[in-house]
Amino acid sequence: MTGFAPEELLADTIMRLIGDVRHVAVGNASPIPALAALTLRERGGGMPYVSLLGSRRHMFFTDGGRELFDCAGQGRVDVFFLSGGEIDGAGNINLVSIGDYAQPNVRFPGSFGSGYLYYVVPKVILFRVEHSRRTLVRQVSFISAPGGNADNVHRPGGPVALVTNRCLFAFDRAAKRFTLASVHPGHTVDEVIENTGFDFDRPEKVPVTEAPSAETLRLMRETIAPQLAEVYPQFAARVFGVKVAQTSQ
Amino acid sequence: MTGRAMSQFAPNIDEAVAAIPDGAMVIVPRESSGVPMEATRALIRRSVKRLHLVALPTSTLQGDMLIGAGCVETLETSAVSLGEFGPAPRFTAAILGKTIQMKDATCPALYAQVQAAEKGVPFMPLRGLIGSDILTHRPDWRVIDNPFGNDDPIVLLPAIKPDVALFHAAMADRAGNVFIGRDRELLTMAHASARTIATVEKLYDGNLMDDPALSAGTVPGFYIETVAVAPRGAWPLQLLDHYPADGAHLADYAKAAATAEGFARYLDQYVHVKRAA
Repeated sequence: MTGFAPEELLADTIMRLIGDVRHVAVGNASPIPALAALTLRERGGGMPYVSLLGSRRHMFFTDGGRELFDCAGQGRVDVFFLSGGEIDGAGNINLVSIGDYAQPNVRFPGSFGSGYLYYVVPKVILFRVEHSRRTLVRQVSFISAPGGNADNVHRPGGPVALVTNRCLFAFDRAAKRFTLASVHPGHTVDEVIENTGFDFDRPEKVPVTEAPSAETLRLMRETIAPQLAEVYPQFAARVFGVKVAQTSQ
Repeated sequence: MTGRAMSQFAPNIDEAVAAIPDGAMVIVPRESSGVPMEATRALIRRSVKRLHLVALPTSTLQGDMLIGAGCVETLETSAVSLGEFGPAPRFTAAILGKTIQMKDATCPALYAQVQAAEKGVPFMPLRGLIGSDILTHRPDWRVIDNPFGNDDPIVLLPAIKPDVALFHAAMADRAGNVFIGRDRELLTMAHASARTIATVEKLYDGNLMDDPALSAGTVPGFYIETVAVAPRGAWPLQLLDHYPADGAHLADYAKAAATAEGFARYLDQYVHVKRAA
């Protein structure tokens, strides 16, 4: 049925969510958001600015690793992306562990910059490819970063949406809840309900996620995939067949 | 060239890291800023113990190997993984087996804490963190009410003052100046640490400070205690602008290190026997 890879659909969905902004930053372990940001910039003739962590070519920072965070703290980063080993219905994300923190059953890599960027970047787009009751839970075991805060806490930023391999959720910051915004082609609302561990709102008629245009797919495959290989060689090889540069000793 | 200058150069990698004592607080950079892997292998060969490893702000292969080899008592960082090659297996095993003390952080907290040491002040404030369990599990971090505001809670983080900064860079000159280019957290690390040990790809003929384009990206020899030339010293990780990561090797590592036995075999093959040049 489909003429595109799931990764291409997810990146295209993320491109729509990013919208018209000045600066998109992409953190660690985020190949699909990186694909989205670079494709959007290509289509926009160089805008928005994209800061791709781990890249030389797609990174304008000259003041070391702290510059991303300083920039974000001032409100100069409009969009960022976060994921989670667990994500719950209040938008809390867990990048640390499952079970008692002192003796966990499962350990994830760690919180990265989430304990700060989730608070200060106006549009944080959550992405978690695996949409299951294991990943989308009622309540996270450990809050790396909360979906919301008390009113007196400085919190200009936070989640706006969650993209998975099955659907797109929008996040309502006042209600601290997700709403099912669209279901990807080939997936169903029932399947989303069945595989989601948290309660969410949904309209009576849930739209199907728009498919990427031929022009977007062409850009991704021909122009962006080779750029992506600088930071994500394994992803670029798997999804786009870009040859991975290997060094020999 | 001064007498002091050449004294900064260690004759080989093992002597370069000889001055890192057991129990030292050692700070190392993230994967994109020059990870000193040759020096890491030398530390493991030497069986250094009880390190307090600070990975600014994250780690990959280096942290995993040092932990797996039993060199680390305390790990202070924001994340450890093998990136595209999956979870860091020895790190994960150590947390689940409770064999290391973990101080979970978030990236900008570590940068701020090292900057505090750089400035010689006891702490730095940082936004975010309130309502996060990272903060809950860090009794050494405090929340105060912004003294210049009104009902504005903000987190204070104590300075991190490492005993040793250890990193790999492109080149050094005979005066001990080390070229780091854009990777300026290496400069912050050197400023903040009592001693800095750098490995470099090659020796630069001339003085880096004489060329304004180079001096802007240079850690002055003033801050450097030891330099050692270690060609391909970040292998199998990348050194940006110089060589990419050795993906095939990293995939093999991920497989091998999935078990303690496989990891031990990896050390035998690549660490304990010095790799042929």
